[in-house]
Amino acid sequence: MATVALSSIAKSFGSTRVLGGVDLDIADGEFLTLVGPSGCGKSTLIRIIAGLEHQDAGGVAIGGAPVDHLRPHERRVAMVFQSYALYPHMTVRANIGLPLTMSRLRLWQRLPLLRLLSAQRRRVMRYIDADVAAVAGQLQLDHLLDRKPAQLSGGQRQRVALGRAMVRSPEVFLMDEPLSNLDAKLRVHMRTELAELHKRLGATFIYVTHDQVEAMTMSDRVAMMDAGSILQLGAPSELYERPASLKVAQFIGSPAINLLPATVGSSGRIELFGRPLALSAPLAQGQAVTLGVRCEALSLLHGDSAGPGRAWFSARLRRKENLGSEYILHFDLAGRDAAGVTMRASPAVAAGVNEAAEVTLGFDEAACHVFDADGARVEPRSPGGATGSVVPLRAWP
Amino acid sequence: MSLAASSSIASAAAAPPSIGRRLLLERLTGLGFAMPAFVLLMLTILLPLAVLLVLSLSNYEFGGVDMDWVGLANYQKALADPVIRRSLWNTLLYVAIVVPGGVLGALLIAVLVHRRSRTRSLYEVAYFLPVTSTLIAMATVWQFLLHPTLGPVNGVLKWLGVGSIAFLSEPSTALATLAVIGVWQLLGFNMILFLAGLTAIPRDLYEAADIDGCSGGLDRFLTITWPLLGPTTMFVLVTTMITAFKVFDTVAVMTRGGPVGSTEVLLYNVYLEGFQYFHTGYAAALTFIFLAFILVFSAVQTFALDKKVHY
Ligand SMILES: Nc1ncnc2c1ncn2[C@@H]1O[C@H](COP(=O)(O)OP(=O)(O)OP(=O)(O)O)[C@@H](O)[C@H]1O
Ligand SMILES: [Mg+2]
Repeated sequence: MATVALSSIAKSFGSTRVLGGVDLDIADGEFLTLVGPSGCGKSTLIRIIAGLEHQDAGGVAIGGAPVDHLRPHERRVAMVFQSYALYPHMTVRANIGLPLTMSRLRLWQRLPLLRLLSAQRRRVMRYIDADVAAVAGQLQLDHLLDRKPAQLSGGQRQRVALGRAMVRSPEVFLMDEPLSNLDAKLRVHMRTELAELHKRLGATFIYVTHDQVEAMTMSDRVAMMDAGSILQLGAPSELYERPASLKVAQFIGSPAINLLPATVGSSGRIELFGRPLALSAPLAQGQAVTLGVRCEALSLLHGDSAGPGRAWFSARLRRKENLGSEYILHFDLAGRDAAGVTMRASPAVAAGVNEAAEVTLGFDEAACHVFDADGARVEPRSPGGATGSVVPLRAWP
Repeated sequence: MSLAASSSIASAAAAPPSIGRRLLLERLTGLGFAMPAFVLLMLTILLPLAVLLVLSLSNYEFGGVDMDWVGLANYQKALADPVIRRSLWNTLLYVAIVVPGGVLGALLIAVLVHRRSRTRSLYEVAYFLPVTSTLIAMATVWQFLLHPTLGPVNGVLKWLGVGSIAFLSEPSTALATLAVIGVWQLLGFNMILFLAGLTAIPRDLYEAADIDGCSGGLDRFLTITWPLLGPTTMFVLVTTMITAFKVFDTVAVMTRGGPVGSTEVLLYNVYLEGFQYFHTGYAAALTFIFLAFILVFSAVQTFALDKKVHY
């Protein structure tokens, strides 16, 4: 098994800088997810690790040894492509077995006609078939071995691509959006399967996705990328509970985090819609800040429940979204120059809110995130002296 | 609403005759749509073929006023005629040189040109030029190039110490020389077809192959390029074979079937019989033999290769 270390990887296509010095250390057996908006350089980075693309600067080391001079197959990595890239003219058996025939047979034993002369070939092919059968068994592909890729469903193709990656028992698995061609239900199922596969194989997984749910549910650590650099690297809960920047906060979490415009008042007190909060930030007076409030941190306030340490504002219900076990309530901020907010609510709470009725929403000030005008996280000071602590969160998602 | 209900009941009651009428109407409409294509097919292909068949069973001579039925005599004569046998043999020999040369050569060029990014279009134009230029004009150039005393090719051969070769006037080399010109003529077109086929192969297959350890040029070609070019190759093979079998213009312009009949090919004989000796009936029979060969070629190839190239 192997660690993967990237040191200041840079890459430009022509004059476009796609990666700007990415540093990343991935532990042995870790499931690391690269997540970020489209075009941020995730695929480019994973292709550089695979050796399909060459970096302009920086180095890749696998298992402690630099691999920059090695060809893709010499790096002992396997890759699952978004398109699966199955060989359309080969059976599932041949597709999965190809990496083995390439490594275990000599060139002349693979050539048409000439290969018929080799007695050893038959013996090697028997071993290869056995290995392919073992992998196919793990992925429930046994009965499909003689089919061609065109005769498989999307999920089955995906498993064949996985099988082709697994058969060489590589130390590092690279996956570029392997689930994005599947329908929603199958995606949820394959998420579990992939996570279990990772546990079973114990190999290092580097997984690219732009779906933050996949990133949150499967990974040991998530690296959130934007515009060719890593914005934040950490456990999924860390990215969710302590986003290092506005971009991370906006990207991670569904529904998206609520953003409220606020300003810094006298002596650093943060004022929300003109009302000073108990929070203060080490910023100059008059600066604009953004408060980020997760939708489960919002609650309805009745009469006197607004107390110390709770911020509040009034809003008007626009729409209710019924998710079965809970509701997502969409509010407009009455007469304010701000986008609406969303709130999670139990069916009982949701039933108590009428369309177009004006209500008061509140949140625990300690549970909100403060970002300065540049989008960087600011640690607010609560009056008690402690920095804003994290409120316990609901189970994800 | 009640109106709609009652009308639907009425139509249900009247169903048997109206369904029959509708079917008839549908068939007539279908026939109407198929008619223009059918008429065109009749006028341009089937009718001429029928006329050809009738002529091939007669001793009609061009310009003659009457003709007699001779049954299959024309065919019998053709199959026994040593001149026709020789021209058939020459044609097959020509095909046997042009097809592998024109197909494999074009494949090789396409694979090499495909990798070039900046110079690709330059090569494409260069190889495609013979296709766009008329052969009659190009034949003059070839005649000059291959001229035993004036031609630069023989100049080079002499310089190399091989001695001069009269490519087009030597019975042993004339047909092969024409075949080389035939290959030259076909390369560009076939290359463009192969390039289109190569472009259609997804790039990520090569990347997957790279990761799977299939990274040598030969491995990549045998594992991915060649199998995925299957449909293209079949098409190129069939068209090249038919084109080669139809060889006529180089023969007519450069050798007139000579020297001593070594480059007489089937179509050239058809031309001689039909337009020089005015044996129209005999020429028609030869044409039918020619068409039979082409039909067999394409049928065999389509059925034999079709199974292998689709996935
Ligand atoms: N071969 C190339 N030539 C030029 N530009 C490229 C090339 N490959 C990628 N790019 C550019 O590099 C940037 C990053 O591309 P990349 O494929 O890494 O994005 P991504 O993060 O994987 O996006 P997505 O989520 O849409 O797959 C994009 O702006 C893209 O246009
Ligand atoms: Mg991508």
